[in-house]
Amino acid sequence: MSSSDLSGRYGRQMLLPDFGEEKQRRLLAGSVLVIGAGGLGCPALLYLAAAGVGRLGIVDFDRVETSNLHRQVLYNAGDIGLSKAEVAAARIRAANPDTAVDVFNTRIDTGNALGIIAGYDLVVDGSDNFPTRYLVNDACVLLGKPLVYGSVYRYEGQVGVFNFPDSATGTRLSYRDLFPRPPAPEEVPNCAEAGVLGVLPGIIGTMQAGEAIKLLTGLGEPLAGRLLTWHWLHNSFFEFRLSPDPAGVSAAPENEAAFKKTDYDLFCGQETGRVKEVLPEEFERLAGEENWLVIDVRNPGEQPRLAGRPYLSVPLSGLENRLPELQGAENLLVFCQAGARSLKAARIISERYSHKTVCSLKGGINAWADYQRRQGESTDHLPGNQQSIP
Amino acid sequence: MELKIIAFGKIADITAGKEWQVAGAATTAQLREQLESQFPGLRGMTYQIAVDKKIAATDTPIFPQSEVALLPPFSGG
Repeated sequence: MSSSDLSGRYGRQMLLPDFGEEKQRRLLAGSVLVIGAGGLGCPALLYLAAAGVGRLGIVDFDRVETSNLHRQVLYNAGDIGLSKAEVAAARIRAANPDTAVDVFNTRIDTGNALGIIAGYDLVVDGSDNFPTRYLVNDACVLLGKPLVYGSVYRYEGQVGVFNFPDSATGTRLSYRDLFPRPPAPEEVPNCAEAGVLGVLPGIIGTMQAGEAIKLLTGLGEPLAGRLLTWHWLHNSFFEFRLSPDPAGVSAAPENEAAFKKTDYDLFCGQETGRVKEVLPEEFERLAGEENWLVIDVRNPGEQPRLAGRPYLSVPLSGLENRLPELQGAENLLVFCQAGARSLKAARIISERYSHKTVCSLKGGINAWADYQRRQGESTDHLPGNQQSIP
Repeated sequence: MELKIIAFGKIADITAGKEWQVAGAATTAQLREQLESQFPGLRGMTYQIAVDKKIAATDTPIFPQSEVALLPPFSGG
């Protein structure tokens, strides 16, 4: 791309002191992998593309739900039911045709993480669960890739840069130096359970893009070995310095073979090896099969009802007492309104009956209803996306 | 000695306040014990203690007028 092409789009940032064409070309030559196209991923992707990062990778297996729209700003009402990674890619390509976008419409796991991450200069963690955070951290350590961390809880957020030399000591610290032990599964609720205000991931995700730009251009002081916290209600910012935790770090897999054998769900105390979250289309498929028992764990009266197939109503509050009723079913499909209660219920069932296959509907009946609506509509409106959902 | 404590995330819900003063503990391990007896809901919770903006990975001394922060991990994204 010629200098005049560059200045047409990026001129305003190239004017900045110490920026110029040199830093712009570094961005164009750079590549960033964003894990999760959700509350953090959406603003991060938008600002990285706008700034002219040459290549972006998007990892997300999920579909757009109505409850995402208040904070996941790449999506609009017309995208409900579509693949997040595909929609985000289409939006980014339209926003900046200079940016190449790779779509990974899959969960990141120990089988694919090293191969995917190796293709990028650095990783932005926009995931929403601890197993993924530890997995991505460990993969980045093994591959020597900087990791831009961000997370939110209600009205607060955290940002930091891992696996990049601290300007003072030259040491590279990892997520395991900060939090060597994951919390217990019920200890830290996610956004669906605790709630979150859209501007929180909006700002934290944008700050993550900002840190990635520092790393690619060499400008400014990246938050290497530091944790920046922000509290929206109280307008307070704090910056903490991390300390090395060799014991914590030594618990990480020491090579690729060990990484591939690591069970991150188990490490985080989640027995979800036996409990699987399924998307609406898989729920539909399984609910239609003979040997699956469908269970609604909502309270009586919650709407909408599940139409078109038989199910058992077992409100979560009474589940423990009614577990014997489920003894005869080998395969159970559990749902609730938004997917949080059903996951709890699925774990309770799985802990009592460890040989059963128990699945929870991700996003709940809300996601199922969105999926039903989408099935009846055309999905060809996205530029470059001519496929409809199966 | 008096210590100023700042709590983040769910810790602040348990301690019913985000900032308060306590009669001091001499080290982070002692402080943890003291907090957990004062706030039983903290027992078993995962959080780091930072002293004057530096996270204490191991048992660390606390001095008078230190500013202490209780930092739990967040996972939201």
